[in-house]
Amino acid sequence: MSKLPLTEHIPSLRRYARALTGDAWMADDLVQDTLERACSKWRLWLHGSDMRAWLFTLMHNIYVNQVRRSVRQAEAGTTVNVDDVAHELLASDSGAAESIDLQRCLLRLPQDQRIVLLLVSLEDLSYAEVAKITDVPVGTVMSRLSRARSRLRELMDSPARPALAVSSNPPTPLRRLK
Amino acid sequence: MELQSGKLTQDKINRLVDGQLPASEQADAMTALASDPVARETLRAWQVQREALRELHLPLLEEPIPETLLVAARHRQQDLQRLDPWWRWGGMAAAVMLAFGVGWLSHGQLDGPPMAFGPKQSAQAFIHQASVAHAVFSPEVRHPVEVTAAQQDHLVQWLSKRLEKPLKVPVLIAQGYELVGGRLLPGDSGARAQFMFQNQAGTRVTLYLGAVNGNPAPGTTVPKTDAEQAAFRYSADGPVASFYWVDQGFGYALSGAVPREELMRLAQLVYQQL
Repeated sequence: MSKLPLTEHIPSLRRYARALTGDAWMADDLVQDTLERACSKWRLWLHGSDMRAWLFTLMHNIYVNQVRRSVRQAEAGTTVNVDDVAHELLASDSGAAESIDLQRCLLRLPQDQRIVLLLVSLEDLSYAEVAKITDVPVGTVMSRLSRARSRLRELMDSPARPALAVSSNPPTPLRRLK
Repeated sequence: MELQSGKLTQDKINRLVDGQLPASEQADAMTALASDPVARETLRAWQVQREALRELHLPLLEEPIPETLLVAARHRQQDLQRLDPWWRWGGMAAAVMLAFGVGWLSHGQLDGPPMAFGPKQSAQAFIHQASVAHAVFSPEVRHPVEVTAAQQDHLVQWLSKRLEKPLKVPVLIAQGYELVGGRLLPGDSGARAQFMFQNQAGTRVTLYLGAVNGNPAPGTTVPKTDAEQAAFRYSADGPVASFYWVDQGFGYALSGAVPREELMRLAQLVYQQL
């Protein structure tokens, strides 16, 4: 076992958080909160064995709580149209427009579906592991996964996809977290 | 959960996409797939989508970790030192558990099912996956490959990195087959790659490769005959016929709707070149 197992998981935590939130700062904040939580709950891990699953569980719980809180806050006030902040959705170098598009469609998925889709696709976690992390039955994971994939495909294929620079289409309200 | 013959459920398609379908169910899934164009299209779209998601923020994995995050992780290290005695016991317990775990797993592996798939089953699964990958992507007009032959260097570099092995693209020009390009695919135990070739008549053959399951770890005593390792195996079970062989822990399957002799000749050429 490595001496610094925690740091080895940071890159994949960052990638997952980035895809989940669509925002570089938000993602790293989430990773930081996760690492801090991991420090304070360190003893709990010793009883288990799979560090990665444990870290992703911590991150999941933090994220879900944050969203719940920010939704409550947002009910009083501002919502942000995702197209208006599209320029903030940092994409990878290759095929920037397509990446931004994919990221934007991802953010349009219901949160539960997005979480399952990303855990399975990015982390190669088994459905049973994802069920444990998200604390739902495996059957629910499977149905969320199917719905996420079908919906994302529809969104990506949708002809109404606006060009990036011109956001003249009717706004889809999507709350920006935090 | 769903024991439905004939039609492929979405659960099964998910499992295929994520490489989570047990080997014992693969044959049935392939049969169902062969006669279900809608499922085939869904499978293809979901596979493409999965790869796009994996590519999305890939550079983040290589990026240096921000200092703030390293600091957060280092706090943990300090906590550990403060918790030293506890940590040592915990570490020891973990090591013991790990040792048990490893013993238990490798035991299962030697004893065969249901813990692990024997070499025979994993070969079958591999060939099936190769054949399905061929059936799914070779009819594609617009996106048969992720990276085209025009960017061959990039293609080879990229796939070598993802498969953690330096790869080479075989040259089949003399046989009339030109490289179309390649793509990355999910496999049982990690990434797999597919190279696609096409001749003047538009016939496509694909080379599917990746580390194979049941590949004995160094030091274990799984009987392996060298003759079997390099032997070509022909299979016509999947949607298209394939020649399959294993070389140094890597499996290769050449698939295509071409006569057996031609496929054999191509397979031998590929084998010699790699």
